[in-house]
Amino acid sequence: MTSKKRLHLQTYLLIALMAIAGPLGNVLLGKGMKHIGELSVWPLSDLFHTGLKIFASGSVWLGIASLIGFFVAYMLALSLADYSFVQPASSLAYGVVALLGHLMLGERVSPLRWAGIAVICLGVLVVGRTNPRTTERV
Amino acid sequence: MPHYVLFALIVVAGTGGELCVSRAMQVAGEVPSFRPADIAKVIARAMRVPWMWLGLGMMAAAFFALLGALSIYNVSFVVPVTALSYVAGALGGVTFLRERVSSHRWLGVLLVAIGVTLVFLGQN
Repeated sequence: MTSKKRLHLQTYLLIALMAIAGPLGNVLLGKGMKHIGELSVWPLSDLFHTGLKIFASGSVWLGIASLIGFFVAYMLALSLADYSFVQPASSLAYGVVALLGHLMLGERVSPLRWAGIAVICLGVLVVGRTNPRTTERV
Repeated sequence: MPHYVLFALIVVAGTGGELCVSRAMQVAGEVPSFRPADIAKVIARAMRVPWMWLGLGMMAAAFFALLGALSIYNVSFVVPVTALSYVAGALGGVTFLRERVSSHRWLGVLLVAIGVTLVFLGQN
């Protein structure tokens, strides 16, 4: 009983980590790339300079680290719980990314965009709930 | 380069890459335990499957397209638009893998499509 409880707690902690690390990674990537500005990829020497600028950006590396953290938490969560249980967390991410974009980068999010994001979250939730239960947990 | 090409790359290459990697992992087989030695063995096996390299290439292309989109647009616009991968996944499943998609799932996909449309319209 207690070990089952601990398993539940671990799963929820991992899902919370996913819902924060994923959006945080994207927001940090956004911060780094906005700083660099619109990319030039042609001629090839421009592509080379663009690549250098991307990989010299601390925010981009922090973002990549955060996304790797998300991925590890995702894998661990999937090893503990069913996909259909874990997947709805990815619907939260669309809301969190807009919230973090607004709070950390000062992005203006129009009411229509908030409405769109809410509908996307709902849609992802519905998609996730259609997964058949495949295995019984013991 | 027109900007919508970036979004198309994120969605199509990202979804395609995931499909290729899943295919490769099916060939490579299940991870017997989470011991590092076992995980390393499965990864080594997966790396010998050509699908894995195709998948990784597509996912890398999607990642750089994401960086390109983020250099132009706000992250609160780019990430919601990438939810179109749910639409691409359902359409790809039906056309390429001949999967049967339930009406419940189509409803979810339709909601995602409506949401992305609203996000587009809300881009002042």
